[in-house]
Amino acid sequence: MDLHGKKVTLHDMCLRDGMHAKRHQISLDEMVAIAKGLDEAGMPLIEVTHGDGLGGASVNYGFPAHSDEEYLKATVGAVKNAKISALLLPGIGTVDHLKMAADLGVTTIRVATHCTEADVSEQHIGMASEMGLDTVGFLMMAHMIEPEQVLEQAKLMESYGANCIYCTDSAGTMLPDDVTARISLLRRELKPETELGFHAHHNLSLGVMNSLVAVEAGANRIDGSVAGLGAGAGNTPLEVLVAVMERMGVDHGIDLYKIMDVAEDIVTPIMDQPIRIDRDALTLGYAGVYSSFLLFAKRAQQKYGVSSRDILVELGRRRTVGGQEDMIEDLALDMAKEQGLL
Amino acid sequence: MSTKIKAAIIGPGNIGTDLLMKAMRSDWVEPVWMVGVDPDSPGLARAQEMGLKVTSEGVDGMLPTMREDGVQICFDATSAYVHAENSRKVNEQGALMIDLTPAAIGPYCVPPVNLRQALEAKSMNVNMVTCGGQATIPMVAAVSRVQAVSYGEIVATVSSRSVGPGTRKNIDEFTRTTAGAVERVGGAKQGKAIIVINPAEPPLIMRDTIHCLTEAEPDQAAITESVELMVAEVQKYVPGYRLKNGPVFDGNRVSMFMEVEGLGDFLPKYAGNLDIMTAAGLRTAEMFAEEIIAGRFNPSAA
Repeated sequence: MDLHGKKVTLHDMCLRDGMHAKRHQISLDEMVAIAKGLDEAGMPLIEVTHGDGLGGASVNYGFPAHSDEEYLKATVGAVKNAKISALLLPGIGTVDHLKMAADLGVTTIRVATHCTEADVSEQHIGMASEMGLDTVGFLMMAHMIEPEQVLEQAKLMESYGANCIYCTDSAGTMLPDDVTARISLLRRELKPETELGFHAHHNLSLGVMNSLVAVEAGANRIDGSVAGLGAGAGNTPLEVLVAVMERMGVDHGIDLYKIMDVAEDIVTPIMDQPIRIDRDALTLGYAGVYSSFLLFAKRAQQKYGVSSRDILVELGRRRTVGGQEDMIEDLALDMAKEQGLL
Repeated sequence: MSTKIKAAIIGPGNIGTDLLMKAMRSDWVEPVWMVGVDPDSPGLARAQEMGLKVTSEGVDGMLPTMREDGVQICFDATSAYVHAENSRKVNEQGALMIDLTPAAIGPYCVPPVNLRQALEAKSMNVNMVTCGGQATIPMVAAVSRVQAVSYGEIVATVSSRSVGPGTRKNIDEFTRTTAGAVERVGGAKQGKAIIVINPAEPPLIMRDTIHCLTEAEPDQAAITESVELMVAEVQKYVPGYRLKNGPVFDGNRVSMFMEVEGLGDFLPKYAGNLDIMTAAGLRTAEMFAEEIIAGRFNPSAA
């Protein structure tokens, strides 16, 4: 694979996707320390939001330690060169949240929908684009549909005003060929000026590999997370990706030692549990299940005595999508009744 | 029954047609007009075959004769954008408006919770909130009538096929309107609404989760009883309204897991979200019709 000289914009997720792994309890001081460390390492973009995006604070997804406003204010004020981005899932957050984030100095808005439902994002992408923000359309669970369908949905987002489209492997289940097929088709068919991004989860240990494959196929924005802090087995560990890209001659703009230090000295110490491919995280990748379901399934196992792996496999069989966290307790109750545990 | 109150349905789409099929069975309401804007609309043709007067000129096409046709109740199943105008026009002709759009210019109505109040207020426009609101607010109210609810949250999961272009273009309206009604009708101090659209095939039946945080420790027996009674109330007009699991108690959290299967009149059974809207709209109309027939309410131009 020859990626020599390719320019890639890296986007850190540990203060957004990492919120899942921390049950949305990252403190303001921790956020600021991580954001500063990333900024000094040259990270151009840092996402900061509740794990489920702006307005995600809820019983269903978890109440965060601080509000979106508090997190955004603290991090925007802490960085010198990096830009802060925010995620928004229509159906959870609204354009009011979007305006709030922009007012606080967020310059990149990523509007995320399930991969088949892009048309719910028209309002939000349209507004972000009108406001002159770097506007990203983020197609989640993109493994569930064929590349041609991904393209159709991507074109909708592009038509609403998105200047960048993401193919998102929310379940960490894509094989390298799945990535190539989707990204290369998008690259051929979308406007040449539309940027392309790829977001991985490391559930099958393919985060780094799939990110490289995405760059080869035409993506120029890659998500990852320092020390991998993210839902499931985490996102692509950025310090690893940077080291690999360094060796391959990719133009990534990051100071390798500095990002290694952020991973080791600042991010790893705040983890509640090691971010690794345990049995349940592997099941997510194997069964194609939304990565943030992981801790919910583990908690359901604790509460109802049903195997978390069985819960996750069943959620995959039922083709659940991102945001259906409420299904987990409901399903665990059904399974516990069937097994005579309740 | 000899006297029924005559009604018009504005909007011959999926919702309007399903409503028509339900209204044809009503003992209290008789649909006589179907109003559309597209002469080629299959919904208009279907209504005409069923013996209704139809127009493709919008509400203006019905206005000249609606008084002599005896129309006293109108349903608006179009969009929030045109609703205010439709409502003003039919109110001027002495007909009350039941709003199935998210426009919400009139008071919210969730039949088992506050229909009685809407009747007493003799309102000329009532709004049916949203599908998610109709499916979940009775449960919030079932808890809040037992004890104070500081926070009510609902998650509505609907099949992709049952979400029309209007909702998709303005999904924020769903979350805002539903959250507002969780507070105002459901009785939660703070409300939150989430909608998730799932494209699985075969389409999933509408499911709803309701989480309430009570101020004091929840009275489990009283809440369980109240929830069961409320489910039975909703089942009177939506037989496929089911409490799947719960109420689950976890500290001050009370959670109910529901499934809403439609009757399958015009809309498929999985689209319980749409069915509960048309059924609630008709239920509301029937209660008003009963009041009109009994001489307790005489809708008239303001």
